[in-house]
Amino acid sequence: MSPFSRRQFLRSAGALAALGAVPGFLGRALAASEAATGKTLVLVFLRGGADGLSIVPPVGDPAYRAARPTLALAAPGKDGGALRLDDVFALHPALAPLMPLWSDGTLGIVHAAGLPGATRSHFDAQDFCESGTPGLKSTADGWLNRAVQRASGRDGAFRVVAVQPTLPRMLVGDAPAVAMSSLGQFRLPGGPGSSGAFDALYAQAVDTALRTTGLETFEALREAGSAKLAQLPPSNGAEYGNAPVARRLQDVARLIRSGVGLQVAVTDMGGWDTHVGEGTEKGQLASRLTELGGALAAFARDLGARWADTRVVVMTEFGRTARENGNRGTDHGTASVMLVLGGGVRGGRVVGGYRGLGRSELFEERDLAIGTDVRAVLWEAARGQLALQDASRVFPGFSPGSPVLG
Amino acid sequence: MRRVTLGGLPVFNPISMRHPLMALVLLFGCATASTGTGTAASPSSRGAEPLHLPAVTWSSEEQAVHVLNRLAYGPSPTDVRQVEAMGPAAWIAWQLRPARIDDAEVEKRLADFPSLSMSTAELVAYYPRAKKVAEAKGIRLEGKSPEAMRAELAGVVEPFQLPRQVGAELVAARLIRATVSRRQFQETLVDFWFNHFNVSADKGAVRWMVSPYEREAIRAHLFGTFRELLGAVAHHPAMLFYLDNWTSTRESLSLPKKGRTGLNENYGRELLELHTLGVDGGYTQDDVREVARCFTGWGIRKPNEDGAFEFHPRAHDTGSKRVLGTEIPAGAGMEDGERVLDLLATHPSTAHFIARKLAQKFVMDAPPPELVERVAQVFLRTGGDLTATYRALFESPEFWSDAARAAKVKTPLEFTVSAVRALGGTTAGDVPMVQALNRMGQPLYRAQPPTGWPEVSQPWVNPGALVARIDFGLKLASGRMTGTEVPLPAMDGAPDEVVDRTARAILHRPLGEQTRATVLAALGASEVMPDGERRRLDGAKLVGLLLGAPEFQTQ
Repeated sequence: MSPFSRRQFLRSAGALAALGAVPGFLGRALAASEAATGKTLVLVFLRGGADGLSIVPPVGDPAYRAARPTLALAAPGKDGGALRLDDVFALHPALAPLMPLWSDGTLGIVHAAGLPGATRSHFDAQDFCESGTPGLKSTADGWLNRAVQRASGRDGAFRVVAVQPTLPRMLVGDAPAVAMSSLGQFRLPGGPGSSGAFDALYAQAVDTALRTTGLETFEALREAGSAKLAQLPPSNGAEYGNAPVARRLQDVARLIRSGVGLQVAVTDMGGWDTHVGEGTEKGQLASRLTELGGALAAFARDLGARWADTRVVVMTEFGRTARENGNRGTDHGTASVMLVLGGGVRGGRVVGGYRGLGRSELFEERDLAIGTDVRAVLWEAARGQLALQDASRVFPGFSPGSPVLG
Repeated sequence: MRRVTLGGLPVFNPISMRHPLMALVLLFGCATASTGTGTAASPSSRGAEPLHLPAVTWSSEEQAVHVLNRLAYGPSPTDVRQVEAMGPAAWIAWQLRPARIDDAEVEKRLADFPSLSMSTAELVAYYPRAKKVAEAKGIRLEGKSPEAMRAELAGVVEPFQLPRQVGAELVAARLIRATVSRRQFQETLVDFWFNHFNVSADKGAVRWMVSPYEREAIRAHLFGTFRELLGAVAHHPAMLFYLDNWTSTRESLSLPKKGRTGLNENYGRELLELHTLGVDGGYTQDDVREVARCFTGWGIRKPNEDGAFEFHPRAHDTGSKRVLGTEIPAGAGMEDGERVLDLLATHPSTAHFIARKLAQKFVMDAPPPELVERVAQVFLRTGGDLTATYRALFESPEFWSDAARAAKVKTPLEFTVSAVRALGGTTAGDVPMVQALNRMGQPLYRAQPPTGWPEVSQPWVNPGALVARIDFGLKLASGRMTGTEVPLPAMDGAPDEVVDRTARAILHRPLGEQTRATVLAALGASEVMPDGERRRLDGAKLVGLLLGAPEFQTQ
């Protein structure tokens, strides 16, 4: 149990509000006062096992081309070549929209990130990434919910939001979180902001949890409606396009920019399980990266000054085999790449302890070996954005070592 | 892996499934789970010994509503009448022997879903992976985006032959059964036990195994002993695949294609933690490992084609093992696993764990320890007889206590189905209903973790889900849930009378003064036309308000 139970707190606040003792939702005032300086953590989960070796190809590793005879990206400078990052690494050309962020230091890359106790099952790997307890399946809640429980201060209907149809495993737990397919769908038939008579019905609910959630819900609906959140146009000329991940990040940006107190946002994106016909500078993986890169670049641009308070972590459940398979694709592997973006990131660097693709450097002679524990990167981001102290409360049994990106 | 050769691919025609031969197969499939189909007696004449229920001061309607809220997917007008007529003791006894309950209506409707009676091998053959079909037809998918691939595949595979059809039919069948089956208690048990022994259709080959799993492992063993149910689950390829036991071998076994393999503890751990003893049931990491060793070799014959249970002697660890202090001697092969199941099925920790979980499902989120103890003792005394265990639960004073009434928040499945039932409606389990469940956070058969869906209220109560629930109620009432139809109650009479009458019919309790006023105001009931005529109440709006109200979220 969390030392500070927000549920408990809200229950009493909710009870007071229902009696008319507190006008409106307590969170609104708090959100309004703190939103301007509040930080936001955004997590983008690439489901399917994204190929870190093509996203940030180690073009300077002589073993890379040997392992990927048809899938290796061309060297920087060549036609369709990868984009040079440093002497070893380059960026997939479909991620070109991210190069300005790399140059201004707000994109950092952790290569060879993975969870120990490797499992090559999507299912289990995602479960462990989200519970934050690799190898331990009985963990009931998600790491990010545990983090939120321990974060102080902010409150509000849109404090924790998953822009996807169901609450992801990482957000399951005692701290309330909203899951919604989109801001546009988060409304009742009466129109944006309308709650019919349901707000009054729920204010009278006998069941405390329902009454509390009702208050949160109708407050959120009102906020979404009064701020016309779903209609908020992008600023600074940001162009999101129509990819699902772009539309979702646009909703996250709307929540951040409108100052409703967003502290944590999560979304996900599928299509990374490239067993067959992965492609190089064009093709299957490239199309996914075009969507992702375009979405992240538009997001950064849209946020403008708020980019400084935002940190985005892009992760996946595992990487893929070092060598390509017989179908011009790659199979389930171990370590992959994580992208960390935002104003506070000391980026422009590839870190993480990449060891190489030589036979002796590989894990079980097939996968890129883990150089950095995924939890170290997640903890660093959560600690900074949510002002947390104790990693063991969020990731039991894990002690973070030296900073990854600082 | 062998390729599916299209030449040899059984061409499946849905029309032929309505052929008498197929109907026979279907009936046979059902009959395994429900002997006595078609020879059902009238409710009162046959059935088990009526239950001995504690005396309560509730009205007969209140008793019926409570029973239907827990042993059924909520009260429907006809079921309330039936429980009241039979009395709860006789009705529950009747429900405890579902094979004797005529359910012809449901069986007739499920005949539209051929996949429900197929084996995994048949499902794989009739609903092949689209990529395999493309491969067999020489269609190149390389380098294409998922959208482009889908477009290509749409041209070669009929929609009703896509693998997703298997899931769609299973979900639809679950919704139809939950809504209109007369074997209501059986349906709540399917929900409970499937969830207890959860597998996710999203994990690889489970997609083609989940329908047989529900039919063969779960439905067929709801009223026998826990050992039978546990054994059926342990043997089922769906579970063997879902929890990886099929890949688990003795340490350092070398296989021609896979290279060196070894022990996978996944199933061993969940068997102890989630299926039997419970996390605090008194086992150690060593026990997990030893149990996993016992189950080495419990595998699947060609998971992507046959999907049948098969024991692989070469993969089995032949040494002796020690589980929970009991020696399992060397050399018993596949019997090792059976010995473990014997040990676990009658273990006191299992009795308490199962008793507590059943009490959470059917009585309240935090059941009193005395109740758990009493039910656990019945479980132990009867050798894990499930029917006796259920009886103990429903005969308990705790089940009939005021504290238990309307004490549980409905899961999305319970909410949506109970809404349709409350109005005496029906569903085909179509896409809108499925999407509504997804939006509320309960995509059926797709719970990712082995823990299944939460049995308690808290995780189901969050703003996104609440909006989805309210939205569902409004859409259902206004006839916008295609495939799911509900008749609206008559709106004749004075507005306050109409509201009271409708609220009683749907919520089975009077509205609070303030709630009533809120509802009347929302309906514009006080508005009077210039000529003094009063506005007729909007029935859809009234019903939508009541279904979305907090009173309808609990059971």
